[in-house]
Amino acid sequence: MNQSLHAAANPIIVIHDLVKQFGRFAALRGVSAEFVAGRLYAIVGENGAGKTTLLRSLAGLTQPTRGSISMLGTTDLRSVCRQLGYMAHPSLLYEEMGGMENLRYFARLYEIQDDERCARTISAVGLDPTLIRPVGQYSQGMRQRMSLARALIHDPKVLLLDEPFSNVDARSARQMTHLLTQLRDAGKTIFVVTHQASQLEHAADEFVHMEAGVIVRRTREWMTAEAP
Amino acid sequence: MSALATLTRASLSKDLRLEWRSKDAINSMLFFALLVVVIFSFSFDPTAEESRRIAGGLVWVAFLFAAVVALNQTWARELRNQVLDAYRVSPAPANALFLAKALGNFIFVIVLEAFMTPLFIVFYNLRALGAAYQLLIVSALGTWALVVNGTFFAAMSLRTRSREIMLPLLLFPISIPALLATVEGTTAILTGDYSPKFWIVLLAAYNVVFTTACLLLFDKVLNAE
Repeated sequence: MNQSLHAAANPIIVIHDLVKQFGRFAALRGVSAEFVAGRLYAIVGENGAGKTTLLRSLAGLTQPTRGSISMLGTTDLRSVCRQLGYMAHPSLLYEEMGGMENLRYFARLYEIQDDERCARTISAVGLDPTLIRPVGQYSQGMRQRMSLARALIHDPKVLLLDEPFSNVDARSARQMTHLLTQLRDAGKTIFVVTHQASQLEHAADEFVHMEAGVIVRRTREWMTAEAP
Repeated sequence: MSALATLTRASLSKDLRLEWRSKDAINSMLFFALLVVVIFSFSFDPTAEESRRIAGGLVWVAFLFAAVVALNQTWARELRNQVLDAYRVSPAPANALFLAKALGNFIFVIVLEAFMTPLFIVFYNLRALGAAYQLLIVSALGTWALVVNGTFFAAMSLRTRSREIMLPLLLFPISIPALLATVEGTTAILTGDYSPKFWIVLLAAYNVVFTTACLLLFDKVLNAE
């Protein structure tokens, strides 16, 4: 592992010996890593490597069996949840409600009552805020963008995105990548779990390779498992 | 406190809007309760006096079973697309979601009762010999007792494999004191034989205890893995 990549001076996230066990299956087996602010990290690996479990642990949705996560200087992840935006593989949206209705509701959870802001966020991800169609009738690409808008509505410092490019056409994926680089340049720390790492080839600052529940290497360039 | 009220209102209005569009809970509850009323009316042919004695039990058993249908659907919407995770990662208090769900269910069951009570009156030729306004108090307290525990146990059985069977298994035993008080209170008012006051006080006490317990424990239930 390239030490220079993760021996950060001022890390925003510190993971120490993180273990997550589901019954007898260990999804994470002692993950330790540090991540600095304002970077875009692509977390890559085969199915079952522990990528999603790591992301859910960072989001506070999964309690570690052992080990600790420190984010923004605290191990109490609940206390920093306002600084966290989470986008899962499912959309986390109500299918019977429109995009604006969904966003208005989720904004309220962060004590934001600002329709203008909701509309701006929807526009920022390339959707039309006046669209009244229920989210259930959106295309997969539109749903992914709406889901990203939901994760962005409270302007978090850290973004955790699980498979944002899945079932998204190439053009939409490029647009999303462009948006992510803009967000990174604006100072946000972004973690993207993806099977389509090539999408982030020129955008990610670092590729975090996971295998069987551990981080096996961190590289600046995208390289496949077969690469030296 | 005001943040809790604001978030409860936001979640409640979202739930009411979703129910208004889908009518999943209301339709299934109404259909189920209607079936129970019709089956009961074919099964028994009581006199007016007998009706007053058994109607409390019949009415509340019908409402209990019908409410379970709605309670089972309470959290189903939150599981679709894992929307519950979006709530869990937000700073919104778990209690706001619980209160919104319980209030939503309370409204749905009250609507059901408003539709079904006239049918019961017609089918069983009912007329209260006691103070009829007290029926409103018994009904409100009995319904809250049912939905507050129902909402809690529906959330608890969310992650179980057979949650639709699990809910009645958990809910019915714990609801026995409340159901008994509601049936006895209703019978007392319909027959006018005795005062329903004791049962009303019992229901109120039951509600205070169980609402407090549910509010204290719901955060653990919501964030359980």
